[in-house]
Amino acid sequence: MRSRPNYLAGIAAFAWLLIIGTPLYALVNSAFMSQSGYSDRGPLSLPSGITFENFATVVDSGFLRYLWNTILVAAATVAIVLLLAVPISYAVVRGTSWLTRGVFRLFLLGLAIPAQAVIIPLFLIINRLGFYDSLWGVILPTAAFSLPVSVLVISGGMREISVELYEAMTLDGARPGRILWDLVIPLSRSSIASASVFAALQAWNGFLFPLIMTQSDSNKLVTLGLYNFVSEYGANIPALLAAVLMSALPILLVYLFARRALVAGLMGAGGK
Amino acid sequence: MRPAAATQARPGAAWAVPGLVFFALFALVPMVGVVYLSLTSWDGLSSPQFTGLNNWSRFLGDGQMWQDTLVTGVLLVGNILVQAPISILLGVWSAGKQRNRAVLSAVFFLPLLLSTAATAVMWRQLLDPNFGIPAKLSGLIGSTDLLGSQSGAVACLVLVTSWQFIPFHTLLYQGAARTVPETLYQAAAIDGAGRVRQFFSITLPQLRNTVVTSTIFMVVGGLTAFDIVLLLTDGGPGTDTSILPFAMYQTAFRTYDYGYASVIASFLLLLATGASFVMVKLSGYDKMTSSLEGM
Repeated sequence: MRSRPNYLAGIAAFAWLLIIGTPLYALVNSAFMSQSGYSDRGPLSLPSGITFENFATVVDSGFLRYLWNTILVAAATVAIVLLLAVPISYAVVRGTSWLTRGVFRLFLLGLAIPAQAVIIPLFLIINRLGFYDSLWGVILPTAAFSLPVSVLVISGGMREISVELYEAMTLDGARPGRILWDLVIPLSRSSIASASVFAALQAWNGFLFPLIMTQSDSNKLVTLGLYNFVSEYGANIPALLAAVLMSALPILLVYLFARRALVAGLMGAGGK
Repeated sequence: MRPAAATQARPGAAWAVPGLVFFALFALVPMVGVVYLSLTSWDGLSSPQFTGLNNWSRFLGDGQMWQDTLVTGVLLVGNILVQAPISILLGVWSAGKQRNRAVLSAVFFLPLLLSTAATAVMWRQLLDPNFGIPAKLSGLIGSTDLLGSQSGAVACLVLVTSWQFIPFHTLLYQGAARTVPETLYQAAAIDGAGRVRQFFSITLPQLRNTVVTSTIFMVVGGLTAFDIVLLLTDGGPGTDTSILPFAMYQTAFRTYDYGYASVIASFLLLLATGASFVMVKLSGYDKMTSSLEGM
């Protein structure tokens, strides 16, 4: 009954396809153009005379190192977030003390703390701890600011586990640690995956922390590499756009091979 | 026997301690720190001098700050007005199981793969008045320098932010729309409700919680939208798009006036926590704690 095609929506969706697609076409098209070709024909022309020299320029500028650093930061961030957020969520969902209830409210409020707002004292703390100009200086605050969303998402998933299962394990004499490992973690897998995807994307997207907390070229992340690339190669627009394209390459690979997991993960980040 | 076993099998508050300490050190302590620093004068080299409310009264009398607050507000509202309706419609549309919808959704998702920095760098080039897209359309639009006026630059910031983030919000709505029970639609169809009517009286009310979550993301995102301004307009033309987070960065890390920057930061903090507090209260999100407790 509801399967009558909705032509109006179809037209709107096609218009949206143009809005999304046109800049992406311009991006990919220009990244494979020579500099003179770009200034002659512009970003929206039909492809002709494909060249890879822009990518060579980007690689020569040390971009692969930045990509690798970003991958390291994202992996470490996810590891720290999971190590901390899973026990917190478990305590929030199953704990009985007034403290654990307060913890949930605290993280709910923490959701609203903009990283920008605390960057000055944070800069001092990172300095004091001796993490300035190291990847840890980026990883630690990024993980901290991913905690609120992760706790909300993971505790949301853990709440769905039925009480009977807990009771059954309790009767078997299982202790909290064992219940967490054998029951809670396996059954809240999808929300844990969501939190990981979200934390990884936070790290991937991060700009402010790398900008403030690192300095040397060897600790540069890809977002900052792009920023510097603009000032160094500002006139070479095709190379700039090739750099943009390359910065998305690892995550594009994830998208191609694990689209379902990535999409489901992000979808879950909104909570229920 | 049973109650003892039951309490033993519940995690104590200790389980939350490592995470709490970590979060406190990197988020809560700096929060207190920034409020303290806002009461000092500090160049980052010598030790901070306590100056009471001096910075705050300077802030209240600073015309540029009022303008920055206004622009921040306009961007925030503009972003919500553009993104929310489009993401709701797209989300509901893509929740349908049709094959063509699934294929198109995969394309719609693509902007999410670019970081904000990458998106901003790309658009900056595409909006270039001489070599970008506007130059090719100069017959259709008046001025090709879209970033050259305040209204143009603000509009571009809204459009570029929307381009990047609508896919994310669409995804949230798509997930939520799929959980709306099909029986509700069947009942409505039997009552003779058309497609539009069904959307407004079933779909939209069922998406209420997602509207709240998605709006919180937009507000917090808007109050931290610093990278996009730095890379797309650099606060320009002049200081026309210098929104609060950008002004804070400039004051702290380019003119080294940490005391005054901390005032701007504290103000941001106030805005963000205030806004999300109101939204959480309105939605009853915080009551989630008790749904399965005490059973």
